[in-house]
Amino acid sequence: MAEAIAFYVIAAFILGFAVLVVSTKDTVHSVLFLVLDFLFVAALYVLLQAPFLAAIQVLVYAGGIVVLYLFVVMLVNLKRPPEAHQDPHRRTKLGLGLAAAVLLELGAILVYTSTRPGTPVAAGGTLPVTGNTEQVGWLLYTNYLIPFEIASMLLLVAMIGAIVLAKREL
Amino acid sequence: MIDTVVIPLLKIVIVLNATLVGVTYMVLLERKVIAWAQSRLGPMRVGPYGILQPIADAVKLMIKEDITPVRADKWVFTAAPIISMVPALIVYAVIPFGPEVNLFGRQVSLYVTDINVGLLYVVSVASVGVYGIILAGYASNSKYPLLASLRASAQLISYEVAVTLTLVSVILMAGTLSMVGIVRAQEAGHVWFAFVQPIAFGIFFIGGLAETNRAPFDLPEAEQELTGGFHTEYSGMRFALFFLAEYANMIVVSSVATTLFLGGWLRPFPNVAALGFLDFVPAWMWFLIKSFVFLYIFIWVRATLPRYRYDQLMRLGWKFLIPLAIANLVLTGIVKVMLL
Repeated sequence: MAEAIAFYVIAAFILGFAVLVVSTKDTVHSVLFLVLDFLFVAALYVLLQAPFLAAIQVLVYAGGIVVLYLFVVMLVNLKRPPEAHQDPHRRTKLGLGLAAAVLLELGAILVYTSTRPGTPVAAGGTLPVTGNTEQVGWLLYTNYLIPFEIASMLLLVAMIGAIVLAKREL
Repeated sequence: MIDTVVIPLLKIVIVLNATLVGVTYMVLLERKVIAWAQSRLGPMRVGPYGILQPIADAVKLMIKEDITPVRADKWVFTAAPIISMVPALIVYAVIPFGPEVNLFGRQVSLYVTDINVGLLYVVSVASVGVYGIILAGYASNSKYPLLASLRASAQLISYEVAVTLTLVSVILMAGTLSMVGIVRAQEAGHVWFAFVQPIAFGIFFIGGLAETNRAPFDLPEAEQELTGGFHTEYSGMRFALFFLAEYANMIVVSSVATTLFLGGWLRPFPNVAALGFLDFVPAWMWFLIKSFVFLYIFIWVRATLPRYRYDQLMRLGWKFLIPLAIANLVLTGIVKVMLL
């Protein structure tokens, strides 16, 4: 019961801050609401008894990536009014299309999971190690090795791409 | 009820208050030590040898006028000092000041909590503290604080990489992320990690100086170039919060260094039975003594070394400390695999 109340309170905060992120006029404020949003997502992980994921969420997203966002937003002068374009709504259709696609996907997942009986994902009791961090590590390097390696490859590609783009002469 | 609510609350109250008192007295200690380094007396008027000076300072800062610049971003300007203070204080939740002791017939552990991801918690909470500095510079709407805050955050992010890499080598040695577990691993291995990881220890100390914006890396506060740093526009208690956060962070770095490298609450040479008489000093006292040595070195370094230039600082971080930390990590991994 207490868990459910905590979940709904945290979820309400997450959604509320998410709305503020897109509705605030000042870009720096919007980035700050994003940080708060990430912190509440971390709280959700704590509620799900995944402290490792919560700490990583704060370290990587709130403490790392958004700091870089903030750098960019602060250095780019956004106080200047945007340049006029003959069609200010030129991206509206694209945005609507993407939003509809995401909504459709979420609906499909909801339908898919509600029609099938839930299968618990690798219950902690069957693993040879104890402790949240150890269990995450164990699963990443056994059952989920290939997705893990593909994800790290993707990050490597992004990193090399960033270096190539930023540095014209190597 | 007593074990789940009363004792943790008491511990939180004690740790928070002890930290705040420690922080205010760090300010006095710094003024005193720097004065002695320069053959001066330092504060002498308030109380015998000036020991009541922190109280006078606190009263002065609280009754000073609190100015918010007209063109500042009010909400962010107000939040920034709070954002830099809070992470510096909540880190103490996982610092182990001592083992479990028997207090009035009840087993009490001398730490607020021991979580499975203790060290990761310290790193992630510390990484949120940088927002205080960035936002202070931005919200002041003034060019020097903005430049200083960009410098400060670039410095913090750069040195965070090197420091976190050294922490990974310690985690490899200990095989756990729990702060208590790391001390226990040093007890079981009969050696402080400072002796098996001297390079990591060195990088951690240098990185710790840089991450707390202390001399010789106190560029964000270089008054010749930036008039006063990211807190130029702040006054009164809000300025004091930045000031206290810096000292609280120094205590955090010292406590973490003590826990990771100097055996936490263990007495020196815990494996030599002939030194058993040292046990008359309680474990938490050893922890405080070791942390105090670190804090003294912080002040000593400030009194001794001149400030780095900004490009030298960045070069030291990215071209020397980070490669060295990675090499140390790889070496640690190889040795660990070979020996097991």
